[in-house]
Amino acid sequence: MSEEGVDPRRRRLLAITTGLGLVGSVYAAVPFVASMAPSARARAAGAPVEVDISKLELGQLLTEEWRGKPVWILRRTPEMLKLLPQVEPQLVDPKSEVTDQQPAYAKNPTRSLKPEIMIVVGICTHLGCSPDKRLAAGPASGLGEDWPGGFFCPCHGSKFDLAGRVFKNVPAPRNLVVPPHMYLSDTRILIGEDKNKGAA
Amino acid sequence: MLFLLAVMPTAAPASGTGVKLDPVDIDLHDKTSLQNGARIFVNYCLSCHSASYMRYNRMGHDLGLSDELVQENLLFAADKVGDLMKAVMPRDDAKKWFGVAPPDLTVISRARGPEWIYTYLRSFYRDDKSPSGWNNTVFPNVAMPHVLYEWQGHQRAVFKTEHGVAKFEKFELQRPGTMGEKQYNDAMRDLTNFMVYLGEPARLVRYRLGILVLIFLAVFLVFAYLLKREYWKDIH
Amino acid sequence: MQKLLAWFDDRFPLTKVWKEHLAEYYAPKNFNFWYYFGSLALLALVIQILTGIFLTMHYKPDTGLAFASVEYIMRDVDWGWLIRYMHSTGASMFFIVIYLHMFRALLYGSFKGPRELLWIIGMVLYVALMAEAFMGYLLPWGNMSYWGAQVIISLFDAVPLIGPPLAEWVRGDFVISDATLNRFFAFHVVAIPLVLVGLVFVHIVALHKVGSNNPDGVEIKKKKGPDGIPLDGIPFHPYYTVKDTVGVAVFLMVFSAAMFFAPEMGGWFLEHDNFVPANILQTPPDIKPLWYFTPYYSILRANTVNFLWIPAKLWGVTFMGLAIVLFFFLPWLDRSPVKSIRYRGWMYKTALAIFAVNFVILGYLGTKSPQDVSLLLFKNVYWAQIGTILYFAFFLLMPLYTWLDKTKPVPDRVTFK
Repeated sequence: MSEEGVDPRRRRLLAITTGLGLVGSVYAAVPFVASMAPSARARAAGAPVEVDISKLELGQLLTEEWRGKPVWILRRTPEMLKLLPQVEPQLVDPKSEVTDQQPAYAKNPTRSLKPEIMIVVGICTHLGCSPDKRLAAGPASGLGEDWPGGFFCPCHGSKFDLAGRVFKNVPAPRNLVVPPHMYLSDTRILIGEDKNKGAA
Repeated sequence: MLFLLAVMPTAAPASGTGVKLDPVDIDLHDKTSLQNGARIFVNYCLSCHSASYMRYNRMGHDLGLSDELVQENLLFAADKVGDLMKAVMPRDDAKKWFGVAPPDLTVISRARGPEWIYTYLRSFYRDDKSPSGWNNTVFPNVAMPHVLYEWQGHQRAVFKTEHGVAKFEKFELQRPGTMGEKQYNDAMRDLTNFMVYLGEPARLVRYRLGILVLIFLAVFLVFAYLLKREYWKDIH
Repeated sequence: MQKLLAWFDDRFPLTKVWKEHLAEYYAPKNFNFWYYFGSLALLALVIQILTGIFLTMHYKPDTGLAFASVEYIMRDVDWGWLIRYMHSTGASMFFIVIYLHMFRALLYGSFKGPRELLWIIGMVLYVALMAEAFMGYLLPWGNMSYWGAQVIISLFDAVPLIGPPLAEWVRGDFVISDATLNRFFAFHVVAIPLVLVGLVFVHIVALHKVGSNNPDGVEIKKKKGPDGIPLDGIPFHPYYTVKDTVGVAVFLMVFSAAMFFAPEMGGWFLEHDNFVPANILQTPPDIKPLWYFTPYYSILRANTVNFLWIPAKLWGVTFMGLAIVLFFFLPWLDRSPVKSIRYRGWMYKTALAIFAVNFVILGYLGTKSPQDVSLLLFKNVYWAQIGTILYFAFFLLMPLYTWLDKTKPVPDRVTFK
């Protein structure tokens, strides 16, 4: 737009004014961009949830809502736990290497603080559907003889084991998310906040 | 613009009763005052009135109180610090008791003005003709009884008849309360101060931000003007 | 870069538009202070649309939720308060700019031929802007929103024969209600902004067809150099783009000062009674529209007598309508051979001065109760009646005084120091 032969003072002033204008515009854009982030209401609604698991029996699954998402709490039976290492060869990420999918304290073979208690967010990592619970192994699940028990997403057929780890050759790329959580006592869990005060 | 402000007749909220409103010193930098006001507000006002557009944790954050402090000291009507400040008493019950539902107080300071609130809070007097036994010179026949009479004591209003119209003249203290006049006025100033904050929490930041924006624009103006002058050298 | 531009130019008249409307649009070189307000009006429109879009993300057009959703924006939404204040302050700033822009036209005869259509498009814009502001004011669902809309829509009752059913049709209910709020929302955020943007486009196209007027009222196109460029014209870009940038900076400073330090402007930009939620049972002590409507509100209330078998209320509505409609006829009411006030005689100068002061006084009276005494001696309603007569005299006597007025000779070229 500027023609050739513009004198240097003119060019310098033009550059400074344009620069200041751009800086101002960027600052002016900040409130607009920030206004689209979760509001105080959303943050308050997304506050940590306390769950009492004293009545949760072996093999039973409890669904709690946290930040509008289902959180599954499953008390795994010894048989279920025994299966976990057995299915590892069929999994994409058996060692939970992808760090965003769970807090550091859940990067272990059972993906949990206590081996028998599984806590995962029940949202498929493919496109956000909530998978079905197919906890029972075998043909009763409708997923064939060799189904070891786990979760099956009806949208696109992704499969997860009883630690929320994704099986190979399904659309979902990653394991189910383990939310930040901590035990307030033996039977009370706080979901959404952990000991590091890391409210996710 | 500031000059304009000074000469402009303000469309101030009218007291409606012709009672002179007392000036009140509003200072939102005074955290102690705001905290004291918040304490009075939550302990007394919030029993019947709501402030239902405000969240406890936002108030705590703005007033320099941690979530834990808010949780322990101010959270009577809610479970979580992120909750809105609802009234303790259900709205329908309140309507049954007082005849009208107590209004929400979140933005009342912006509707009435701080002077009105400050004067109102100090203008309750004994009136046997009123159902609650109380009346108010700023808000005649108000349904609300004097909640803070233990602090202020009982006062009587003296009216003077002028051209057949009773005109309020002054208050006379009948039975002293637990607070002296100065102490009560200070407490009500703190409460009013808090309610001004409550009406517009953005007040805490907008002045400072405004100055920064104006400084930036002034710098921009200087360069825009120099640029204009430079280009307009061409025009004869 | 050149290649890319050529690619575009083969498919879209990019360079052509740039040249015709900016780099080679020749504007008179003697624009003064009053000529900032055209570009500022455009900026004000952009600010309103931008902030409006973001407010719409959080606002709820529902009588049960509207008031709370505005306070939600003011508190819970990050920076929501700033966006809301930009919008509320912006509304008033928009009208300040538009009134100054219109006054400029009255000063320098910009409505006169060949710019009659440009003026008429501008007036349609003004009416659309008033509709936009009026409907927007219902949305916060404060008590003044409610009663203001109630009063203004009740004016439709005054229409002969079909009045009451018409008013009900506008409201979609027997009183202002959820249906009214919802349709006002639709008009405020979709329909009228589309109209406004379309009209602004047409306004600029019409301007660039006839060329800008100037403080001397000289047609610069009549004196062209050998290259076909008006001798008194300079390219809009860069000369007026850099000049308007200065105007923008000053405007934004005034805007920011109001927004950050006095967003309520003492009750003039945000009314105190609108911080009380709409209450169907309690009318505020005095209902008044925002300041940019109050001159017309004064005219509406000025007539208090029934005459010619027509009730006072219908006269009021008629006068108010006429007060706006008369603006459209200015190009034909003005018989003066000159455009600019610089070369007009004392009559037009006096008439315009009285009109401007009167407009402000009517605006002030519109915020006051008609039965009070806010000016000297008389009740406000009497002053409003005098003001209304003066208002109409400015238009209706214009053919006479502009014809009688002694004008000075207009120079061939613009004056420029």
